[in-house]
Amino acid sequence: MTSRHKDGADYVLTAKGLTKVFGGIRAVDNVDLSVRRNTIHALIGPNGAGKTTCFNLLSKFLTPSSGTIKYEGQDVTALPPATIARQGMVRSFQISAVFASMSVLENVRLALQRRVHGPSFDFWRSVKCLHALEDEAVSLLEEVGLADFLHARAADLPYGRKRALEIATTLALDPQLLLLDEPLAGMGQEDIGRTSDLIKRVAQTRTVLMVEHNLSVVATLSDQITVLARGAVLAEGDYAAVSQNPAVVEAYIGEPHDTYD
Amino acid sequence: MTQQTESTTPAQTQNKSSGRNRTTRHHMIAFGLIAAFVVIAPQFLYPVFVMKLLCFALFAMAFNLMLGFGGLLSFGHAAFFGGAAYAAGHAAKVWGWPPELAIAFAVLVGAAMGAAFGFVAIKSRGIYFAMITLAFAQMVYFYALQSPVTGGEDGLQSIPRNSLFGLVDLSSDGAFYWLVAVIFMIGILFVYRVIHSPFGEVLKGIRENEQRMISLGYQVQRYKLVTFIISAALSGLAGGTKALVFHLASLVDVHWTMSGEVVLMTLIGGMGTIFGPIIGAGVIVAMQNYLADLGSLVLIVQGLVFIVCVLTFREGIIGVLAKWLKTRL
Repeated sequence: MTSRHKDGADYVLTAKGLTKVFGGIRAVDNVDLSVRRNTIHALIGPNGAGKTTCFNLLSKFLTPSSGTIKYEGQDVTALPPATIARQGMVRSFQISAVFASMSVLENVRLALQRRVHGPSFDFWRSVKCLHALEDEAVSLLEEVGLADFLHARAADLPYGRKRALEIATTLALDPQLLLLDEPLAGMGQEDIGRTSDLIKRVAQTRTVLMVEHNLSVVATLSDQITVLARGAVLAEGDYAAVSQNPAVVEAYIGEPHDTYD
Repeated sequence: MTQQTESTTPAQTQNKSSGRNRTTRHHMIAFGLIAAFVVIAPQFLYPVFVMKLLCFALFAMAFNLMLGFGGLLSFGHAAFFGGAAYAAGHAAKVWGWPPELAIAFAVLVGAAMGAAFGFVAIKSRGIYFAMITLAFAQMVYFYALQSPVTGGEDGLQSIPRNSLFGLVDLSSDGAFYWLVAVIFMIGILFVYRVIHSPFGEVLKGIRENEQRMISLGYQVQRYKLVTFIISAALSGLAGGTKALVFHLASLVDVHWTMSGEVVLMTLIGGMGTIFGPIIGAGVIVAMQNYLADLGSLVLIVQGLVFIVCVLTFREGIIGVLAKWLKTRL
């Protein structure tokens, strides 16, 4: 299942020559990206850099105009998003994607149901058979600090807790690779700290690829950073290397000061 | 509801399970009331009228499964209702089948049509889905209009009810009523189970956030297709039963106004609720029956009721009732 490259590194996800054209505009232009196993890889860039498009390509919610995507050595370029999700590559969304009118517990249970019961159409069984999943759901929620909110409606959670719920729901699928779309966007300092810790803990046994707007918030979090600008890779490396790169500094000029620290 | 006690605080568990119990209790009461109505109704109402009501209630429940729980507005459900009515009529009249087999055949025809139409329609959404289902239903309508099998403008008339299992004579309305009553109650319980099944949970998830369900690995299109087929099969159950009740399967059953009426019933009663479509069907059928003297003015009254409903209580009659009772119905 693993794919060893010539340099000996172990990559979970590799993209080659990824390109997406929207009516003549190259939103993502010939991007190469390799995500190493058990690392946190951040994809950052200023507004309009194409990071969300790139993310949607990698998570298969968009089809690339050209280029290939390999997950665990297998070409997944043509596979539908639900299929790669079942193979262990699960994404989250920028706008909190919780099931708003369901309880926190039910949100996680719905993900567990898919993993445990598979894609079954059991409309003749009672919903009570799902109660057996609730112990595991509770322990997942404890892991993200939501143990006190089990029966709250997801819609009533504060923003940061919603993100935590979303991560718990994603973790319920026991993914190998988590694709997180701006997991820290719009959070207060306290929530950022808590969610960063959570992502770090999650990444001890899994791989995380996250899109972020701000360079500073991923500074302590990520092992590897890829900076996109105008749809192309501008720089790549760890925080120290990337933040010193003159091209990166220039790309962020015009952005608020705190975006590049 | 007891498995989770160890890991949650007692207060929360109590809260949650009492909430669950309370809703379940309300549902049981509602079932009791409906069952009581079904048993007592023929004492003070004309049995054929009650049978009509039960058939349409079943039809509206089937439709609601699609709209309220699948989130898809079909504008062609008359095809399943009417198509199945012709199927049951043909089976009973030409092949001489007993009612249980004729109705089972109607369910199969409904399901098969649902599978065929759904396979194509499910790929589109919103207004396009409504238009494609309407187009299919119009094709069925014109087939029924032209084909000798369906009797053209005359439809299939004097469809016999035959004997249940070839033994019990059901030619009297009083006797046939009980078969319809049993079919109706089984229909409600079936819908209730579908909604409260693991499958039903997936439907709720799709209704709330389809993209997220895809990212969790659910094959959303397949769930929609299965829902469409279940809904079509139940519509077939309603249509087939109706054909035997009235001894008639006609163009009215496959006409697009029938598709419109079932939308009306569902919205007035409360879409996405369990009992709403039953109430909605009751309101519409009762209006058609008791205001029959007004002639075509009935349509204007229906229209006004619909406008008032949509403007003042969008959750439908049952939605408002549920709010008062602080429960889910």
